[in-house]
Amino acid sequence: MMALIRRRPMLSGLVGLFLLFTVLGSFPIVPETKQAVVVQFGKPMRILNRYQPNEPIGGPGAGLSWRIPFIENIVWIDKRVLDVDMDRQQVLSTDQLRLEVDAFARYRIVDPLRMYIRARSEERVSDALRPILGSELRNELGKRPFSALLSPERQGVMENVRRGLDRVARQYGAEIIDVRIKKADLPDGTPLQSAYDRMRTARLQEARSIRAQGAKQAAIIRAEADAQAAKTYAASFGRDPEFYEFYRAMQSYTTTFIGDGGETPSPTTIILSPNNDYLKEFTGRGR
Amino acid sequence: MTILSGLGARARGLFNDVKGPWGPSGGDGGGGGKKGGGGSGGGDGDPPSPGPWGEPAKRRPRGPGPTSNVSSLDEFMRRSKARFGGDGGGGLGGGFPGRPNNSIIVWGVLGFVLLWLLFTTMHRIAPEERGVVSRFGRYSHTLGPGIGFTLPSPIDSVRKIDVENIRNIDLGTTGTETLMLTGDQNIIDIAYSVRWNIRDPELYLFELAQPDETIRQVAESAMRAAVSRVSLNDAIGEGRGDIETQVADIMRQVLDSYRAGVRIQGVAIKQADPPNAVNDAFKEVTAAQQEAQSYVNQARAYALQLTAKAQGEATSFDKVYEEYRLAPGVTRRRMYYETMERILSKVDKTIVETPGVTPYLPLPQIQKSQPREQGQ
Repeated sequence: MMALIRRRPMLSGLVGLFLLFTVLGSFPIVPETKQAVVVQFGKPMRILNRYQPNEPIGGPGAGLSWRIPFIENIVWIDKRVLDVDMDRQQVLSTDQLRLEVDAFARYRIVDPLRMYIRARSEERVSDALRPILGSELRNELGKRPFSALLSPERQGVMENVRRGLDRVARQYGAEIIDVRIKKADLPDGTPLQSAYDRMRTARLQEARSIRAQGAKQAAIIRAEADAQAAKTYAASFGRDPEFYEFYRAMQSYTTTFIGDGGETPSPTTIILSPNNDYLKEFTGRGR
Repeated sequence: MTILSGLGARARGLFNDVKGPWGPSGGDGGGGGKKGGGGSGGGDGDPPSPGPWGEPAKRRPRGPGPTSNVSSLDEFMRRSKARFGGDGGGGLGGGFPGRPNNSIIVWGVLGFVLLWLLFTTMHRIAPEERGVVSRFGRYSHTLGPGIGFTLPSPIDSVRKIDVENIRNIDLGTTGTETLMLTGDQNIIDIAYSVRWNIRDPELYLFELAQPDETIRQVAESAMRAAVSRVSLNDAIGEGRGDIETQVADIMRQVLDSYRAGVRIQGVAIKQADPPNAVNDAFKEVTAAQQEAQSYVNQARAYALQLTAKAQGEATSFDKVYEEYRLAPGVTRRRMYYETMERILSKVDKTIVETPGVTPYLPLPQIQKSQPREQGQ
């Protein structure tokens, strides 16, 4: 045996390598993130690292495993949480208003055997679930009025969608963890524009009412001030109306004929007769 | 076909040389020289020389010639011996024909294995990192900061995850619009960012297929849910803090239900504005508020002025009245004369005294003089 090896080193080297690879291949390493179906000539034999709910990381499924070389084949399936992303869908509410909804669903393969039989790969599962997600969403949301569509979580709408989608996903060996809406917007065009118009008119109305309030307050303040002033005048001038008459007349003459410091009035010419009260002493007292 | 014949020649060459280093390998060096002229020239021209120690370095193939590869394992060992300076002429090999310098190979392999062990058993983990150790693919434990020891490489593999680094996701930008519907069916343009870091590195690695993308989608969904519960005025005004805490709570809840192993540090709304198309209308409201304020201010100014004037006049009248009361007739005359002085000194006067003089007043001239004076 040793002589044979020595005589044909290359051949024995090759044979040795071949044996090594075979041995390595029959002990596959199963990572934490994957589960596998061991298939013998197309017939599934057993499952490695099957998903169990509530199993902690580092459970016994992963690690080193075995297979019969050349006869058995391993199909790897992702064990992690995967996602299905939906295209934008238009949803019609019961009151005939449209909404564009963008949703996503998270799922996990819990039955790898069934998935292998039905779909073979995760992309095929995603592709199969996507249109169903869309139609479930449209159905559920189409049963509600528009105002309920804005916050569907409150009425458990998304839970219904999840349940409906889950029923289909079980046939592919998957479990839907949840369905959430990423975006819900008004479609472009008329609905969006009419929403903008509504916002604009509401704002303009608010602006007008604010201005009116301001004007009203201003008028009240002015009126109060006027009343206060009148009261002050009355309190003071009312004590002697006759003297007030004289006093006020004097002021008035001053303002009219020479101004009160603000503007100079137009020049005046006064014609006095000697019978004027002012010129009473002018004529000399006829004593 | 040349490839096949080249292979055949190579195989034959391999087995022919096993006769011994001193036996000529025959004409196969020349036979396989179809492909790759460069290196095969050497094989064609000289048959392998009779002695293992007489091999000059030029035997080493310069180009990709298959016939030069036809040389056997012995050739290789000869060459490597020549490379090592040809020391151990016959001594190291001992009585092992065809395998000189075996122990150098052994030492080399041993050194390589030692280095391999060294590098893959000891791991230096920085203070902000954690090392996730998986044994044959199965998660076994997490190494803390410092130097950690594990089993060597094919058995244990370590992935270092930065758990202290706070990562940022920006959703929506301040330049473009990201519109969302509010609770009162209005539209708001919102831009925000989410800060998160990894809490459990083993969950982060093994639970979600695309953790970063997942977090982003959950953030969008949570913000939408939070905005759809408030009205537009709240979202633009004081409700921002509430929205931020709500979004963070929803995200924490959802990500924990996915067992994602991340911790949400916080959410910050960078901008929450009405959309551009209705911005003018919103500015109107602000303008109206300013106007209303200015109306009120003007009214107050008027009121102050009026009150001051009234009080001033009242006070001055009161003072004069006090004086008057003390000596009514005298005060009255005095005031009269004073006022008349002031007035009549500033106006044009004409006194007509003598009776019988028909007063003739040239009114047009007087009127003309007035505009002239006014003009001056």
